[in-house]
Amino acid sequence: MRLSPDEMIFWQHGLIKLNGTILFTWGLMFVLAVGSKLITRNLSTELQRSRWQNLLEIIVTGIEKQIEDVGLRQPKTYIGFLGTLFLFVALASLCTVIPGYEPPTGSLSTTAALALCVFVAVPFFGIEQQGLGGYLKSYIEPTIIMLPFNIISELSRTLALAVRLFGNMMSGTMILAILLTITPFIFPIFMSALGLLTGMVQAYIFSILAAVYIAAATRSRKSKPEPAQAIKA
Amino acid sequence: MDSMTLIAIASIVTAGLTIALGSIGPALGEGHAVATALSSLAQQPDAATTITRTLFVGLAMIESIAIYCFVVSMILIFANPFWNHVIAQAAGK
Repeated sequence: MRLSPDEMIFWQHGLIKLNGTILFTWGLMFVLAVGSKLITRNLSTELQRSRWQNLLEIIVTGIEKQIEDVGLRQPKTYIGFLGTLFLFVALASLCTVIPGYEPPTGSLSTTAALALCVFVAVPFFGIEQQGLGGYLKSYIEPTIIMLPFNIISELSRTLALAVRLFGNMMSGTMILAILLTITPFIFPIFMSALGLLTGMVQAYIFSILAAVYIAAATRSRKSKPEPAQAIKA
Repeated sequence: MDSMTLIAIASIVTAGLTIALGSIGPALGEGHAVATALSSLAQQPDAATTITRTLFVGLAMIESIAIYCFVVSMILIFANPFWNHVIAQAAGK
């Protein structure tokens, strides 16, 4: 029983292996990059625009509004990172309708890499907004006794991000594989639909959690009532 | 009972118990969360988007506990280091 696309080996030369994870990740990157490049070749600002441009505008403005709702004040700085996280995980899950495809997020390597990107991005954006001293001072809030707990919480939520996404994707594919050996006719289709739903939810969760962590790191300590105002408005 | 049988029994029983006991807590927690979210939606329908988004984030955090139990169970069944070690020993003999 295959636990992850790491074990699908397409080509091997000594220590270098081309396994399913690498192949499908590069395939997804290719589709996202080339697709966006083709769609954004002739952008039009009038009311008459191509449907693909319309689709991209819906997606981009939707993500921008979500980032703003979380509390990040200039969503354009963060939409590159957070939007890419969402689109990659969502497309990785959507493509399970293609036969022979295994989502690369079903391998702990991919999800650990994505979680490490978030782990590096949080202090990056925090230092960019608040300066090195300001960001480091946030670790000793509210008292200096909380310093080890703040550090541990940073590490544990990165681990939780990786294992949550990996567990959800891996369980989806494994349930499907097991059901295909037991009742191969109709029931696997429902489980496949459920897997699609959880994949999209997990993509949303991953990017929203990354946005929340970045918002916590970049929020300046003096203007705390802002999230409450956002909810009232 | 030699060590190979003992490891097999322990792994299988633990894998079953892990996922069985580990799903009780998150299921109860998620039911409570959705019930509270529904009642607050009924009280304040204008805050629907905020409530829905917070509900989903909270459900994902609760679900992660069940996912951790599932991952441990899968490791015990499919990637068990003790079983692999004992099998390698038996094959080497």
